[in-house]
Amino acid sequence: MSDVAERVKKIVVEHLGVEAAQVKEDAKFIDDLGADSLDTVELVMAFEEEFSIEIPDDAAEKIQTVGDAVNFIKSNAKS
Amino acid sequence: MFDLTGKAALVTGASGGIGGAIARALHAQGATVTLSGTRAEALEALKGELGERAHVVTAKMDDAADIDRLAKEAEAAMGGKLDILVNNAGITRDNISMRMKDEEWEKVLQVNLTGTFRLIRAAMRGMMKRRFGRVINITSIVGVTGNPGQANYAAAKAGLIGMSKSLAQELASRSITVNCVAPGFIATPMTDVLTDDQKKGILGRVPADRLGTAQEIAAGVVYLASDEAAYVTGQTLHINGGMAMI
Repeated sequence: MSDVAERVKKIVVEHLGVEAAQVKEDAKFIDDLGADSLDTVELVMAFEEEFSIEIPDDAAEKIQTVGDAVNFIKSNAKS
Repeated sequence: MFDLTGKAALVTGASGGIGGAIARALHAQGATVTLSGTRAEALEALKGELGERAHVVTAKMDDAADIDRLAKEAEAAMGGKLDILVNNAGITRDNISMRMKDEEWEKVLQVNLTGTFRLIRAAMRGMMKRRFGRVINITSIVGVTGNPGQANYAAAKAGLIGMSKSLAQELASRSITVNCVAPGFIATPMTDVLTDDQKKGILGRVPADRLGTAQEIAAGVVYLASDEAAYVTGQTLHINGGMAMI
């Protein structure tokens, strides 16, 4: 796994209190990882902070799986 | 009880009678306060009176960009946090509905309801992150009972109550409470201009047989802002001398 994926995974584990093994690339935040709608907002906020990027609302809505988050961050990260 | 030491509070409409009393009361309990409003001079005077732990950020509540700036500058002034948000800013444009102009309707809704929502939204992010927040919206008895000549004001104030209940449900799991305080007739510069006959007419409807004081409203705000009120959310605290019991 890439560095981005590892960092995303760490945030998800910390925030949602799930096992690292559950945080697979195709795992859906709401359906598979038990996030509620506020959790998804908070995850986006945490990603923004960790990677110093801005995730606009329309992009945030499309981030539904762990893989979606990793891909968005990879193609938008400054560094 | 009700110690607010170390808490950061933003009070809008702080140059007014009730807003000023709220800011003084929060400050007296130990909070750092940011005073907001449109009248810089009055705000600076209050800041001077409070001394330490007081800041001023002027803002117009009908200007979306100004509201975002207010949230940011208030947080920055208070060490990067905002724990307590008191939305007290409000205006009236009274008129009987037959004669009420669109501008009068829209302006009151814009400032009293839309502006308040925008400011809460801007403040929410930090509160969610810190897992603590107290949002207190100053509504009015007329938002519940209605008042002839104030269809716009009553609609905005009733809107605040419904909005607060929704936000309270959204944010409760993050230890953020959202409540309203609904003053009845309170002695302020606004009511000082009433004639004796007008005052008599009002008091006839108030079992306590006197106008309330701004300090009595501020005391309710202090309670809702405190750690002790952590389990109170989505509520409206009526402070009206028994004028309406709901």
